[in-house]
Amino acid sequence: MTTTSIAGHTVDVNDEGFFVDPNQWTEDMVPALARAEGIDDLSEQHWQVIRFMRSQYQEKGTGPTVRVLGKTSGVTVKELYTLFPKGPAKVAAKIAGIPKPRGCI
Amino acid sequence: MKRIVVLGCGTGGTLVANRLRQRFDRHAARITVVDQDDVHVYQPGLLFVPFGLALAEDIVRPRRRQLHAGIDVAISAIDRVDVDGNVVHLSNGESLDYDVLVVATGAVLVPEETEGLLGTGWLQNVFTFYNLEGAQALGDRLAQFEGGRLVVNVVDMPIKCPVAPLEFCFLADWYFRERGIRDQVDITYATPLDGAFTKPAASHALAGLLEEKGIELVTEFNAGEYDEAARTITSYDGRVVPFDVAVVIPLHGGAPYVGRSEHLGDELNFVPTDNRTLQSQVRPNIFVIGDAANVPASKAGSVTHFEGETVVDNIERFLDGADLDASYDGHANCFIETGFHKALLIDFNYDTEPLPGHFPGPLGVPLMKESRLNHLGKLMFQWFYWHVLLPGRDVPGLGSAMPHAGKKQGART
Ligand SMILES: Cc1cc2nc3c(=O)[nH]c(=O)nc-3n(C[C@H](O)[C@H](O)[C@H](O)COP(=O)(O)OP(=O)(O)OC[C@H]3O[C@@H](n4cnc5c(N)ncnc54)[C@H](O)[C@@H]3O)c2cc1C
Repeated sequence: MTTTSIAGHTVDVNDEGFFVDPNQWTEDMVPALARAEGIDDLSEQHWQVIRFMRSQYQEKGTGPTVRVLGKTSGVTVKELYTLFPKGPAKVAAKIAGIPKPRGCI
Repeated sequence: MKRIVVLGCGTGGTLVANRLRQRFDRHAARITVVDQDDVHVYQPGLLFVPFGLALAEDIVRPRRRQLHAGIDVAISAIDRVDVDGNVVHLSNGESLDYDVLVVATGAVLVPEETEGLLGTGWLQNVFTFYNLEGAQALGDRLAQFEGGRLVVNVVDMPIKCPVAPLEFCFLADWYFRERGIRDQVDITYATPLDGAFTKPAASHALAGLLEEKGIELVTEFNAGEYDEAARTITSYDGRVVPFDVAVVIPLHGGAPYVGRSEHLGDELNFVPTDNRTLQSQVRPNIFVIGDAANVPASKAGSVTHFEGETVVDNIERFLDGADLDASYDGHANCFIETGFHKALLIDFNYDTEPLPGHFPGPLGVPLMKESRLNHLGKLMFQWFYWHVLLPGRDVPGLGSAMPHAGKKQGART
């Protein structure tokens, strides 16, 4: 675990860069978190996915996988990859300040 | 008299019905099991069919014969469950009322969810060994294969027995060597995971074996589209893997009737289930065993087996009005066939990664290491499956909880 500063806030992240405590996340961190993932322009669809990740995490205790995201978020898997080319579930989880989706066992 | 209905008569449904029959006398409970057909396939045997190491008739038995006396059987597809009315509607028009329902309908393959997969090449140059029809067709194709690119592709998790695709790669390496054409064949393993396997320690050991056997590993590959005329698989992030023969493990989901039953399933038709008690989160009188549950354990026969005890105990407690026992620990135990009459064994649960050492205690078989003994263990498992696991017998010295004795704690290979 390391401590880092994002948009002026101090937060704890793990070795892979995921938030340790999702409660430390605030919406104003999103642009900086997205830039760190190579996303400079956040579209309304990006926001839709990020908010969806948060609400799913709050409801279920884990973020959805890409496949579930494609079925439930209103954005298709293809579009998700256009929005988050480096892997939608992982990258969106990072930007949404939630742990890595645990989909695969 | 209580009515217990068990949906599905595969691994979990059979063993739970048999264990329930042992637990409750015939005046206390009526037990009815439902399945759509009377053909029980020993699924771990499917791995061996494409290589001519097992025949279909060796791994198939009638379902009814695996059940103890005093269990009713209904052969019909399930249409849907009314979780508020406590009734199951069958496709043959009949319905079954229940006091307790056990969902044991496993997972199904949904190849139609991947673009192009069910195209002109399906069962011509694109196969799966995850069902009997596919495993047999693949066997015919491999027998004629004289060289080229063989790609083994897992489309996405979760899948049944997550080690089976790796075992397929190892056996393919062995098979082509035996035929003297290994140098004519490129074998590639394309997986959506970021390593060879889901559990880091085991992933490391298995990646080493792939390398040793000259099998190329392509990671974080999320197959988006099959083009069977061009013989390519393209990932969502635009990478292309060409093949001559593709062996695909299609997307899995829960049984479609789960989706048709209001409130019963999640987005993928798996049933939301408490990890430890195996009671569903849908209704207190619904319990779940095996691949149908959404618990974060491998979808494996060994998991289903270890869950049996907890499910039966908790059904009894539920009917007595007692608190449930949260004793299932996520225990999984897999023999991994590595070719050349060897296998390795991994053993883990929700909290403990696979560890090296010996199983089930210091004098047992080696863990996380290739050995001939483990290969024999894998072959013995079929006997064990029909004669011990399905009848619901307890094995002395082998409980359901994961053993710690014999393991090197904190060790990593
Ligand atoms: C290729 C392969 C290799 C494997 N290797 C291993 C291994 O080495 N070790 C291991 O531990 N596990 C292995 N497994 C996994 C193991 O076979 C499964 O995890 C196990 O069988 C799950 O049991 P289950 O009762 O949940 O489902 P199943 O045994 O699949 O039973 C589900 C039953 O429900 C019935 N059903 C479904 N829908 C309906 C409906 N609508 N109406 C009526 N009936 C319905 C089906 O007909 C079926 O009989 C392997 C699986 C495969 C495919």
